Amino acid sequence: MMATRKLILRFPPELVEEPVTYHLVKDFGLMVNILRASISPGKQGRLVVAVTGEEPDLQKGLGYLKRMGLEAEPMAEEILRHEALCTSCTACIPACPTGALEVDRTTWLVSLDKEKCVLCGSCVPVCPYRAMEIRYNGSA
Amino acid sequence: MLRSIDEINRKIREGRVVVCTAEEIIHLAREKGAAKAAREVDVVTTGTFSPMCSSGAFLNLRQPKEKIKLGGGTVSLDGVPAYSGFAAADICIGATALPEGSAKNSPHPGSFPRGGAHVIEALVAGRKVKLRGTAHGTDCYPGTRREEEIGLCDMNEAFLFNPRNCYQNYNVGVNLSDKTIYTYMGVLRPHLGNANYCSAGQLSPLLNDPYYRTIGIGTRIFLGGGVGYVAWNGTQHSPGQPRTERGIPRRASGTLALVGDMKQMTPHWVRAVSFTGYGTSLALGIGVPIPILDEAVMQHVCVTDADIPAPVVDYSRHYPFSEGSGPLAEVTYAQLKSGAIELQGKTVPTGSLSSYAKAREIAEILKKWIGQGTFQLTEKAASLPGTEGGDA
Repeated sequence: MMATRKLILRFPPELVEEPVTYHLVKDFGLMVNILRASISPGKQGRLVVAVTGEEPDLQKGLGYLKRMGLEAEPMAEEILRHEALCTSCTACIPACPTGALEVDRTTWLVSLDKEKCVLCGSCVPVCPYRAMEIRYNGSA
Repeated sequence: MLRSIDEINRKIREGRVVVCTAEEIIHLAREKGAAKAAREVDVVTTGTFSPMCSSGAFLNLRQPKEKIKLGGGTVSLDGVPAYSGFAAADICIGATALPEGSAKNSPHPGSFPRGGAHVIEALVAGRKVKLRGTAHGTDCYPGTRREEEIGLCDMNEAFLFNPRNCYQNYNVGVNLSDKTIYTYMGVLRPHLGNANYCSAGQLSPLLNDPYYRTIGIGTRIFLGGGVGYVAWNGTQHSPGQPRTERGIPRRASGTLALVGDMKQMTPHWVRAVSFTGYGTSLALGIGVPIPILDEAVMQHVCVTDADIPAPVVDYSRHYPFSEGSGPLAEVTYAQLKSGAIELQGKTVPTGSLSSYAKAREIAEILKKWIGQGTFQLTEKAASLPGTEGGDA
């Protein structure tokens, strides 16, 4: 059975140039979708990925990351929709590429399906009421 | 004529008034016919909740022991400059004013986290803001500096004034260029990436009274959670726009100037807005009752989203540089609300800046107020400029 894990990978400076995602794809047959990346040579890097594959392959892939000395934490907080701030105006609806933000066209209320969210962040600047926030592990 | 406003108010006082929202009436009239619906229903309530930059708060501050004349001096609230060119203690803060030293649009696009609208929102929410004022000092007003935390409770009067609100129809914003643009119609993605509209359509006040028969100067309304009034026609009131057969303007046309007591308002209905790359604005809840004086008034309140065409305008060239000979297309609110429109062979997803859910909630609240007898209707004191005049 296929499963998806959203992970935050923290690279120590010496591993920044390691082709980690290549190995996850090539050696373990995993699908890797990069959601966010901040990596610069010589500095600590951070990669937010959604990794999809068969459970045994996922385990092997995670084992590989551990052996390489990479910290891989599951994504804890992902996206926040501050309901008290949201007016259900729908400005975010055309910006959301996956349909995670949706409007019920009977009640006209906007809802968020976190499972569908890929953390692209498109909804954050388009919300006039600042109701959308992307929060990573450990960030306030 | 079926009934006068006096008769409606008597029914309100006696608890016999029949009220429907502008959405409910569509179904009722479809079921019973407009003539019968007009006989049965006394009042139809409308509502809208949208950002509108043309909003400001007039505040009158209580004088300290050593009096000070802020008129001719300077004043800021939470660092946002306010206007003080009035008498000693009257100031005005506009929704789009930005704090001194604001990064604005550098780097582009700026996020505009705070502005005059946020000060207004804070005051309505019962919070105190930091007042800083300077004056030149006179024999009768010796003070030259004023610095204190103030809230609405420290003010004699505080009223919100909208030089322009309740736009009767408006543009649908799109972007034909190859880069994202940041506008008061929201973020518009390149190559017709999205189409943003901003009207409650069939619930919007002036679209339910297209010729301003009942809405006029002096009309009592729901404003920001309290009671307000139509003060005047709004700025840029332009009733002479082309209209559909049933009188709906096909372009942005009529507007209202509104006024209301901020001390009655609630934070739920007075919300600061930050448009990325553009600036701050204020979203206000507004509800206007329409007395069903006769069948013609009823015909107008039965307007549906499918009856209201809106112009689609390119905000990359046409709007900013006044290019092009007219809108790219016309689409109805029914099409806009379906989630996508067809434009130049593309399916373009739509989004709204105006909350239909909130517009509906406001129409329901106003209906409840009228039904409970706490809100009576007013006769307009004067009519708004109509289709015979104005800026065509």
